[in-house]
Amino acid sequence: MSFQLETASHPERLRRVAIDPVSRVEGHGKVTILLDDQNKVHQVRLHIVEFRGFEKFIQGRPYWEVPVMVQRLCGICPVSHHLAASKALDVIVGARKLTPAAEKLRRLMHYGQMLQSHALHFFHLCSPDLLFGFDSDVTRRNIVGVAMAHPETAKRGVLLRKFGQEVIRVTAGKRVHGTGSVPGGVNKALSIAERDELLREVYRIVQWSRDAVHLIQKVHMQDPGLYNSFGIFRSNFMSIVGNNGDLDFYHGTLRARDDNGRLIFDGVDYQQYAKYIEEEVRPWSYMKFPFFKALGREQGWYKVGPLARVQNCNQISTPFAEHERKEFIDYAGGSPMHAPLAYHWTRMIEMLHAAEVIKELLHDDDLRSDDLMVQGERQMEGVGVIEAPRGTLFHHYQVDENDVVTMANLIVSTTNNNQAMNEAIRHVARRYLNGREVTEGLLNHIEVAIRAFDPCLSCATHALGKMPLAVELVDSDGTLVHSLCRS
Amino acid sequence: MTAPVVVFAVGNPSRGDDALGPVLAERVSDWLALSGLADAVEVIEDFQLQIEHALDLQGRSLALFIDAGESTPAPLTLQPTGPAPLASHSTHALAPEAVLEVYRRTEGAEPPPAYVLCIRGEDFGLGAPLTAAAGERAGLAMDVLRELLANPLPSAWQSVAARLAGGPATRPPGDA
Repeated sequence: MSFQLETASHPERLRRVAIDPVSRVEGHGKVTILLDDQNKVHQVRLHIVEFRGFEKFIQGRPYWEVPVMVQRLCGICPVSHHLAASKALDVIVGARKLTPAAEKLRRLMHYGQMLQSHALHFFHLCSPDLLFGFDSDVTRRNIVGVAMAHPETAKRGVLLRKFGQEVIRVTAGKRVHGTGSVPGGVNKALSIAERDELLREVYRIVQWSRDAVHLIQKVHMQDPGLYNSFGIFRSNFMSIVGNNGDLDFYHGTLRARDDNGRLIFDGVDYQQYAKYIEEEVRPWSYMKFPFFKALGREQGWYKVGPLARVQNCNQISTPFAEHERKEFIDYAGGSPMHAPLAYHWTRMIEMLHAAEVIKELLHDDDLRSDDLMVQGERQMEGVGVIEAPRGTLFHHYQVDENDVVTMANLIVSTTNNNQAMNEAIRHVARRYLNGREVTEGLLNHIEVAIRAFDPCLSCATHALGKMPLAVELVDSDGTLVHSLCRS
Repeated sequence: MTAPVVVFAVGNPSRGDDALGPVLAERVSDWLALSGLADAVEVIEDFQLQIEHALDLQGRSLALFIDAGESTPAPLTLQPTGPAPLASHSTHALAPEAVLEVYRRTEGAEPPPAYVLCIRGEDFGLGAPLTAAAGERAGLAMDVLRELLANPLPSAWQSVAARLAGGPATRPPGDA
């Protein structure tokens, strides 16, 4: 095995620390750390401990049901699955090019989702770490803590997310279980009343997004020693890019770069993704490990998401976001930034871009057109790819002559980041845990690294009675030596 | 006009007994329409609770959260709840207490009195149907919901909660 700290040579002699969100809902991810008697770290793994069964859930269904049902795969970004499935099924129904209205309405829906998801992540999940510090009182490190100390920031976070949800509601038909996107187009235009309601809000949404970029930029620059190095690892990166290499969340071609920013491939039609990407199964996790075939499993793994996208594109089409992108690139000093905490900065640049695109689209009369559907020659196979909030999302289907899905393959954003997240927590474990007693603050360092990627480990279920995050230190006999519990 | 009572019903319809929330949302909505109470109660269904649900608490006099629970005592519990700064390690969902706390902090006012109706679930697998046990408990939950929503006063809800806490909820004989 080539990855450092992935597999210890003599695990039976080591103590095991499990960072285990034991709740069923959020608990599909678990971190285990093997330590020796001197607390030296020998093995670190982020596991996905439950089989997620996405493909089985889809296979056997009529294809036209798929864009609606796949929203139930993920409660936090259902629109991504809705649109990636629709794009794959566009190919199946022969709709190679949508009408301008359909594409713009889908784009509006998607950018609404990007805005609300990024706002939620920044204001709810990451800003508590960034505003209070990694070692701060755990009860302050959530949205409630932010609201107590920074009431206006917290309120903006809520309203930004609410605005994004409204964009989704008017384009998808409903806030949840939307039906707006269908194979070949969309089934609903935007009414004047819906447009005007969003237009009333969008200008302050753009301004608040600008403020959010400046806030994270300031936080980052105040402590470059931490933010430029915490959990750092070098890797390839990948995203789709739009026309002329623009940042584009909805459509484009695949582009990958190495850790120095040199192109590995570019302009790749994502219908051909399987020629470029392979997924490896490892026995200790249900989540696969994708890599670029041309480089092999040891050199070909990569990261996706905001940090990859903002550095992979040539430019951003909207002025405020492009200005912020240049600021970020200048700060990085001419070579790719790989620090996981830089995800937060780039995520806010993307949120600003999403807000600006929404504003532009709301002024586009195509959104009121009734020309919403196209069809063409029926195909048996299609691939849809979209840049979801957490990164590149692949949906691949084969459909038989009875319109039933016979094969489904999904590579979700978090899977694309699987090796990257493992590398980040191994770096943090080496840097902060080696030789120390495990404390709640040290545990949070691991979580901070994971949170930077905003992984989706739960995928759409929620129930009460959840247990809090727990850490257990168990000796080689299985005896509980030490435990920490958040409650 | 804002309905004085808001009911949040959360869960994923394709995750086995996590569907209890959406199932009850539909049944409650139908019952409210038939009973002429649709203007008095707003039902909000979602996959999970999130920060924006704090905004749905504005202008309410009572709030009810309906959800499936994994370790909830069967068949169900009804308990008062209030704002609390619960820790979280994920964006993916908020507890009712955290939603109420977000309201308190962002609105600068106390949230309305709130209760949680939690129905025990057994199987939460992707693609799994509602279990028979959960289906039966949904019927019991509807009995409780009809009683609560027909009399939307904190004192009345507290009486129901106290009664349910004293013993297992049972359906009246002959009630289908």
